[in-house]
Amino acid sequence: MNLGSDKMAKYIVKRVLMALVTILAIASLTFFLMKAIPGNPFLSEKNPPQSVINALNEKYGLNKSVPEQYLIYMGNLLRGDLGESIKTQKNYPVARIIKEMFPTSAKIGAIAISWAVIVGVLLGCISAYYRGRAADSALRVVCTLGISMPSFVVATLLLLWLCGAGKPFPTIFDGSNWRSYVLPCMALGFYPMCYIARQTRTSMLDALSQEYIKTARAKGLLTRKIVLKHALRNAFIPVLTYLGPQIAFVLCGGFVVEKVFTIPGLGKYFVQCITNRDYPVIMGTTIFLASFVIIMNLIVDLLYKVVDPRINLAKED
Amino acid sequence: MSENKHLLEVEDLHVSFFTPAGEVKAVGGISYTLDEDEVMGIVGESGSGKSQEAYAIMGLLQSPGKVIGGSITFEGEDVLAKTKKEMTELRGGRAAMIFQNPMTSLNPVYTIGNQLVEALRAHDKAISKEDAAQRAMEMLTMVGINNVEQRMKQYPHELSGGMRQRVMIAMGLICHPKLLIADEPTTALDVTIQAQILELMKDLQKKTHMGIIFITHNLGVVAEICDKVCVMYAGKMVEQGPVDDIFYSPAHPYTEGLLRSMPRVDADSHERLIPIEGTPVDMLNPPEGCPFAPRCPHAMKVCLQKMPPYVELGEAHRSACWLRVQEALEKKEGKNDG
Repeated sequence: MNLGSDKMAKYIVKRVLMALVTILAIASLTFFLMKAIPGNPFLSEKNPPQSVINALNEKYGLNKSVPEQYLIYMGNLLRGDLGESIKTQKNYPVARIIKEMFPTSAKIGAIAISWAVIVGVLLGCISAYYRGRAADSALRVVCTLGISMPSFVVATLLLLWLCGAGKPFPTIFDGSNWRSYVLPCMALGFYPMCYIARQTRTSMLDALSQEYIKTARAKGLLTRKIVLKHALRNAFIPVLTYLGPQIAFVLCGGFVVEKVFTIPGLGKYFVQCITNRDYPVIMGTTIFLASFVIIMNLIVDLLYKVVDPRINLAKED
Repeated sequence: MSENKHLLEVEDLHVSFFTPAGEVKAVGGISYTLDEDEVMGIVGESGSGKSQEAYAIMGLLQSPGKVIGGSITFEGEDVLAKTKKEMTELRGGRAAMIFQNPMTSLNPVYTIGNQLVEALRAHDKAISKEDAAQRAMEMLTMVGINNVEQRMKQYPHELSGGMRQRVMIAMGLICHPKLLIADEPTTALDVTIQAQILELMKDLQKKTHMGIIFITHNLGVVAEICDKVCVMYAGKMVEQGPVDDIFYSPAHPYTEGLLRSMPRVDADSHERLIPIEGTPVDMLNPPEGCPFAPRCPHAMKVCLQKMPPYVELGEAHRSACWLRVQEALEKKEGKNDG
């Protein structure tokens, strides 16, 4: 990054400030949307007496008006307090829940996105290089299938084929056993892999038709070097754009995949707390995910500059 | 036939593109020779096959293009019989090529230095990175670039078009090629820069004694730099000869047309350029006979039926035109009568 470092610092500060505003906006929006859903945390099959509900409402401040609750929540949020779980894990601080749940999700997510990128980019390159041949057609069929199949179908199919007695992988997730990680990572990474392969193929075809590829060939470079050095770096920018938010989503837990494989991760918990109307947890996990997405986007924007020296980040001022 | 003492010998070369719409005969029988220390111009309008012809020599033809006939001999070696690997060694090594558009011919994401060093190290595997960088800087100096150390670290977008074309030339020459193919190297540049680049190429040619094929549609450029010229039309070579013969006694109506349509400094200001009437040939359905016949002011019946043979008009000057055939016959008859 040979951009003037003070300019760079200014750019980053500007982006961080913008990010804070965005997070506050997301928090506000989520808060009101969440409150708009009918129901409350204390409803269950055994209807508790009204007096109990009233007492609970008072305890958690839910008897106040929505704007009032909002101001209290935002005040706490600005002080860094995410509140406590009302229901799912009673009186447990939300921050601690995230801290405990996130590593499992992140581990699976990191493995999933890693193989998705490596395999996806590789298949995309192969597909582009052998454009129109059998290998390309086969890969395109697989990738189209992959991006049109919801992850719960993929996960369920894997579960059906490869899990259970006499089969290589356990049905119930067990963090200490590496076999437990294989299928969730496959299921979680399959969609991004297919998407990345398609994106790479498209941008690779574009890159391969550029004049500088002709120059590279005229220089007498080997095909491998032409594709992997000259074309790929140019073709990688659209993939990078996609990767930013996708890494955040995958690391925060595939909601569906965690549910199917009963993984005690953030994704599964997130879905659970919505059904339970566990308000502080909904807010906390949403803000966490949003921040993560925003940070990843910032990193991606900074990486653009590394991949393509023509991009001038400070120019926007 | 000479015993391969030429640097490059192209013999009856045919290149076709097999498109879904049918076969396009991009190059239909081209022959010429090029010696060391010689500059040959290939002139023709867009789509005349002049670039494809050059790509064939370099093994750079893109699918669906294919050499379907003829031979290419470079330094006594049959180029068309070479394996892919041997072609990779040839390209950028003994034979280099530079392209039309310097703005897009350099990879935007790598530094000038990186791209120059890479060209050298592709052929000289033993050279160290430091030595390669040193050589790259020498090359940059040779093509008239200053501040070379700083330039090495710059990216293509930080350089002007003329500068980039100089870098391209440096890159082409870094392995001391015997043959340089320049595919319209000045077309994309503005006129003053064009003159500079031409001057540079002339200068480098004198220093290195390499053979150059200069592909262009600009006859002014040809007059400036070439020893001999090959005029192409619709994939056919219509006239070939030393540069003076082509300019002062053109022997094909197409060459005449090209010369008439070229602006001249000595022309009166009110004198109008005379364009060549008609449109270029549809290469999917080329006419029978001489491809230029439909646009030719002198076209005769035979022109539309049969491609004329080459008529030798002087030392190394030949033309494919029925008018010349007719003249040759008359001359012969005259001789016989006398």
